[in-house]
Amino acid sequence: MGDTSLITNAKNTWCSGCGNFAILNAIKAVFGALIDEGTPREDIVMVSGIGCHAKIADYINVNSFYSLHGRVVPVCEAIKLANPKLKVIGFAGDGDTYGEGLEHLVFAAKRNVDISIVIHNNSVYGLTTGQYTPTSPLGFKGRSTPGGTKELPMNPLELMLASHASFIARGYSHGIELLKKMLKEAITHKGFSLVDILQVCVTFYNMYENYNARVYELKDHDPSDGSRALEKIKEWDYNSDAKIPLGVFYKKERPVFEFPPKIKEIDLDAKIKGLLNDRA
Amino acid sequence: MDNISILIGGKAGDGIDKSSLIIGHILAQLGYRVYIYRDYPSIIRGGHTFSIVRCCRDTIATHLDSVDVLLALNQDSLDLHKSRLNTGSLIVYDSTSVKSDKGTGIPIGLIIKESGAIDIMRNSCMIGAMCKALGIGKDILEDVFRKNISREIDLNLKVAFLGFDEAKESVRIEKLKQKALPLITGSEALGLGLIKTGLNAYISYPMTPSSGILHFLAGVSEKFSLKVIHPENEIGVMLMAAGFAYAGERTAVGTSGGGFCLMTEGFSLCGMAELPVVVLLGQRPGPSTGLPTYTGQTELNFALSAGQGEFTRFITAPGDAEEAYYWSGVSMNLAWKYQVPAIILCDKTLNEGTYSFDIESIREIDAGGPLLWDKAGIYQRYKNTRDGVSPLAFPSDKDAIVKVNSYEHDESGITTEDSHLTIAMQDKRLGKEKYLLKELEHYETVKVYGRKDASTALLFWGSNKGPCVEAGSKLGLRVVQPLVFSPFPSRRVKEALQGVKRIICVENNATGQMADFLKCRGINVDQRILKYDGRPFTPMELEQKL
Ligand SMILES: Cc1ncc(C[n+]2csc(CCOP(=O)(O)OP(=O)(O)O)c2C)c(N)n1
Ligand code: SF4
Ligand SMILES: [Mg+2]
Repeated sequence: MGDTSLITNAKNTWCSGCGNFAILNAIKAVFGALIDEGTPREDIVMVSGIGCHAKIADYINVNSFYSLHGRVVPVCEAIKLANPKLKVIGFAGDGDTYGEGLEHLVFAAKRNVDISIVIHNNSVYGLTTGQYTPTSPLGFKGRSTPGGTKELPMNPLELMLASHASFIARGYSHGIELLKKMLKEAITHKGFSLVDILQVCVTFYNMYENYNARVYELKDHDPSDGSRALEKIKEWDYNSDAKIPLGVFYKKERPVFEFPPKIKEIDLDAKIKGLLNDRA
Repeated sequence: MDNISILIGGKAGDGIDKSSLIIGHILAQLGYRVYIYRDYPSIIRGGHTFSIVRCCRDTIATHLDSVDVLLALNQDSLDLHKSRLNTGSLIVYDSTSVKSDKGTGIPIGLIIKESGAIDIMRNSCMIGAMCKALGIGKDILEDVFRKNISREIDLNLKVAFLGFDEAKESVRIEKLKQKALPLITGSEALGLGLIKTGLNAYISYPMTPSSGILHFLAGVSEKFSLKVIHPENEIGVMLMAAGFAYAGERTAVGTSGGGFCLMTEGFSLCGMAELPVVVLLGQRPGPSTGLPTYTGQTELNFALSAGQGEFTRFITAPGDAEEAYYWSGVSMNLAWKYQVPAIILCDKTLNEGTYSFDIESIREIDAGGPLLWDKAGIYQRYKNTRDGVSPLAFPSDKDAIVKVNSYEHDESGITTEDSHLTIAMQDKRLGKEKYLLKELEHYETVKVYGRKDASTALLFWGSNKGPCVEAGSKLGLRVVQPLVFSPFPSRRVKEALQGVKRIICVENNATGQMADFLKCRGINVDQRILKYDGRPFTPMELEQKL
């Protein structure tokens, strides 16, 4: 293969200081590590939605499906079900997958399809220039809600736990080492994994200082304990000024949704004839 | 007697559907060609349900208004269908529950009770009585029962024979000297056509009249190694289909108008990203929820324009089970060859109608696989070729990086807003239409029946084939059927209409969608015969209107 680098020649158009750069760098490092460990590059597939986050598909030189707003998850599921040897990672926005396409997320978690979904959660619509999302705090003044929102944010991790996601984690776009570790663990996890990344949008909702003062890394936490996971997930409700735990909240393997291996060489004509005979 | 119509009626839950299929099989065993029409309300229990089983020496694809035999399991079945009877019609009714001053009463309720059978077996008893009345022997009855009933076969046979013994022979239906053909529904024919051309995945959210395809394919999924998925909603259906196609799997989805509304954004994605997906669009009367369990030809306009933007699509409208099989296979192959989404317009009449199916009468479907990457140089998913078709590679193919994109993109699949590239790529995608149309010259995209030199043409599409061909032929008209609507074979249609002075268009919708479509292509329809009460035309009804 001619060009083995992971970079395409697409021009990067994220604002400088955008949290998406950290996710890009972390995932490139993780892909690099996977390839070094023997995963063929051709077996990696990225899927993205529509939003600032989604441009990541243009920036990395691996297979990609730049999908529609809100529709990362069903595309990921299908690609994995079509070809189980692929490693399928979806990159979605909070508006994208917690809003527009939430139902897909719930179902993929409940089915436990072996895919990873990474949410670039900036609590704002970046690409459409600053409206509130499902994770914006109460009173958020966006361009569609100049008087402040009158609705509470949802806690997506709590929803994921209730939907039987088998891997739930939270990262932060500041601190790339933790991100790398978490993303690698999510991708290697057999089953559905969700990584919610607090990705700061410097232009429409700059939370760096606020988050820096509040985040901490989970220590001595047993991610296989569902009730402990719920407790830690509920520590911050995406609205209050509570401390924000980062790390893997929940991880438990259970049967994945998959199909039996394809029967090779079916004699279609004979089988169709047989079926018709049963109808005679 | 070699052309006979049998109506069996009861209330929903009485097993009318299964009974009509058994009656169909009995007639098929005698060498007849069969068509079964089902009429049922959108209710699971109660309500009036009936089926008409029609059989004939020659192939048929429609039922008639009048019936020769009426099998009434409840009072409604007799009262609601009186107008269908003619002087010679035979009536068999359950005298335990139905009052009638005509016909043969069989105490079915009593027989069931005395034999320790259950209510659902009343129709077995009725079928037994019917066989005797039509001079059909117990051997054929038993044969068909054994093949089609798995539960409580002995008890079913017992009540059938008791019904048989209670009745008396009124006519003798002759056995024909031609081979017995299998009976399948339009849904099954559509599914088999897709299987024949390599279907890997079928994704669908239940919606009448397409659920039958989902149920059929789920039932045979192990046999044919199919991945059958029922996801959270139709948006998920379409996006999953796009994902499967991207990964190299031949994929179809099934829905009705309402579900297809939810799919259109994904359908347009398939146009932009050049992903082959076949949509089985089962039409029914609308707008909105409309008449869920009835028929209509309501979505021609919708299919032609669904999805934002402009892109090449393939649309076909088969008219009976054999065409359903053939054109669903062709749709899959052409979708892959040209990397375009395809729509098969079907409806309740076709999907849920049961037909005698002669696979040997169907043309071989051209294999024509898709154009694959030759592995030379750096792979580009959207390489701009002469005919606009880019060689395909799939994720995990060695040395290929496959990037697809819903945004306008360059040849390698990376987003662009460049003016020249935008034009070049739009031309590439739209340009495929010309080549597809050319390829379609090898196919029978327009069929002519009836008197081929008549100066009045009856123009129809889809499931109106049965009534139109029958009525048109009888009246000496030229009967013309376009089978493909996109890209539209205008030249072929005009040739088929050469010398015609008067065109009459028959459609199951309220506005005449095909007539309007043709007008834009310079074909003027003189008269529209439209029906939009959710019921299919019958030949006699058409004859009266013509
Ligand atoms: C069906 C549909 N509705 C609306 C849009 C317009 N749109 C594009 S991106 C976007 C919001 C993006 O927000 P988010 O998903 O949070 O991504 P971010 O830009 O913050 O990364 C919207 C509403 C669209 N592309 N498609
Ligand atoms: S608008 Fe926000 S999310 Fe989008 S690139 Fe700029 S900083 Fe990043
Ligand atoms: Mg966002």
